Amino acid sequence: MSAPETLSRWQQPGSSRVPFWVYTDAQLYQRELDLIFYGKHWSYVGLEVEIPNTGDFKLAFIGQRQVIMVRDRVAPKDRATDGGIRVVENRCAHRGVRFCQQPHGNARSFVCPYHQWTYKLNGDLAGLPFKDGVKDGDSVNGGMPEGFDLKDHGLTKLRVAVLHGLVFATFSEETEPLEEYLGADVMPWLDRIFKAPSTGLRSDRNLVLLGYNRQRIPGNWKLMMENIKDPYHPGLLHTWFVTFGLWRADQKSRMVMDAQGRHAVMISRKNEGGANAAVTDGVTSFKANMSLGDDRLLDVVPEPWWSIDDPSHPGQSITPTVTMITLFPSLIIQQQVNSLSTRHIVPRGEGEFDFIWTHFGFADDTPEMTRRRLRQANLFGPAGFVSADDGEVIEFSQDGFKQWGDDGSTLCELDGTGTEMTEHMVTETLIRSMYSYWKKVMTP
Amino acid sequence: MSLQLQCDVNALNAAYAAALDEKRFDDWLEFFTVDAMYKVQARENFDRGLPLALIALESKAMMKDRVYGVTNTIFHGPYYMRHIIGPVRLMGNDEDLIRSEASYAVFRTKPGSVSEVYNVGRYIDTLVRTQAGLKISSRLCVYDSEMVLNSLIYPI
Repeated sequence: MSAPETLSRWQQPGSSRVPFWVYTDAQLYQRELDLIFYGKHWSYVGLEVEIPNTGDFKLAFIGQRQVIMVRDRVAPKDRATDGGIRVVENRCAHRGVRFCQQPHGNARSFVCPYHQWTYKLNGDLAGLPFKDGVKDGDSVNGGMPEGFDLKDHGLTKLRVAVLHGLVFATFSEETEPLEEYLGADVMPWLDRIFKAPSTGLRSDRNLVLLGYNRQRIPGNWKLMMENIKDPYHPGLLHTWFVTFGLWRADQKSRMVMDAQGRHAVMISRKNEGGANAAVTDGVTSFKANMSLGDDRLLDVVPEPWWSIDDPSHPGQSITPTVTMITLFPSLIIQQQVNSLSTRHIVPRGEGEFDFIWTHFGFADDTPEMTRRRLRQANLFGPAGFVSADDGEVIEFSQDGFKQWGDDGSTLCELDGTGTEMTEHMVTETLIRSMYSYWKKVMTP
Repeated sequence: MSLQLQCDVNALNAAYAAALDEKRFDDWLEFFTVDAMYKVQARENFDRGLPLALIALESKAMMKDRVYGVTNTIFHGPYYMRHIIGPVRLMGNDEDLIRSEASYAVFRTKPGSVSEVYNVGRYIDTLVRTQAGLKISSRLCVYDSEMVLNSLIYPI
């Protein structure tokens, strides 16, 4: 079946029943690439701190297109307004070669090995061999046709926006400015993690890169977005969350989204855990008598920046211990107690995606705080005490969709069928709001 | 002496592999000293001097917490592991401390499925002699595999 036909088959109103084919249709996935990843959206590429010096680059993916994030030379007079971060496509303008094969490094220019076409760091074509032909006595053999202009044959240059050290790029000229794209409801929660107190000279906190974890998950990419828009599961699937009180339904929580419903923030404050009949009775993942042999794994120390003026109640302070930010289409930003990471979704077809975790800290962290962040990283990632099971249930979800076929759908009606923000976590509102937006984008 | 030691460390690795492949996780703990370090780290982090590890356990008690997670709390599809550990390479030793390395390959087999190459890398170890024989005081598993196949639950 063709994809447009497929989409018109979503006949149920609203977004509380998501048809299985939304996760399994290969042609629909191709349209998602065009309309979402290569369309009017900002996609995460990396952290500025990953490329600190001029010429530093790293490879990244937007959808299935590989791009290079690179720090360009910037003339002194432009440095106040231009941070020098460029994002260009890793595809030679000559014969389409994915020329850059080093995942990261430092370069003066980019040279395609096939025919030595050479590009500046900003993607401009600097030159190519035999452009003016090769002299043979009095005549000249070959060469590019008259009218061939280097300017017309650079790499694809993406629009770039850097927010607090997070680098985003878009293939579209029409995407609204990044801060507008993220929206006023989401911005305070990014500021909370990444923006320095206003007393500093710089407005962004200096980040320190701690390292990467990478996993390949056999499920549709949207399932990972759903997972981090789903506050219902953590206190049920994850023993550590319910037992130690890191995330469960008896906590003060808030579900925030942008005006379009595509981005979200799940905000909560931990409690002391232990039994509370309302949220632990009959929950098999709750282990009443569980304690750690080495409690350094959960040596949580509050940090001053956790408290901010509450965006919903100006004048009052709010101190979450966890904020999980989903930025459509492909970025999750995690603060769970002292552990910080970006999690990047790289789709690889309708049934598979790569999930790249970049853990970071702050330049002014004490060595103890760095150790603490690294220890708490044991909870997260492909082997994490809590996150490993997320990848597993995503795989089993995809398996379930595949075995039934097109007329099945997921049920997503905890707390009704609406798409409003809530002051609790007993809800699937954020998943519904994402699919409400997704339906709009996919039926242009 | 060196040949004997080589033999002993190879035997330790073979027993270690058998404990994991047979899911005898409590036995796995007994290969380590009380204050041992056990880490599983991506090669890209190791090579670049980035400190993040996939699993970083700083004591036998922490390893025991991991075993409890593996057996009781981390929901996962079950699988078998099969470790193939190459011959040990002694990197220098004195009376008390033995440094060694060995390559490993771990295959994963899920119920009803084919065997897959799961995790490939090398052990970078320090071992100590104790009254109970050789024990691991530090095992760093540096894996080449650029992608974890979904999740990694059991120790490597």
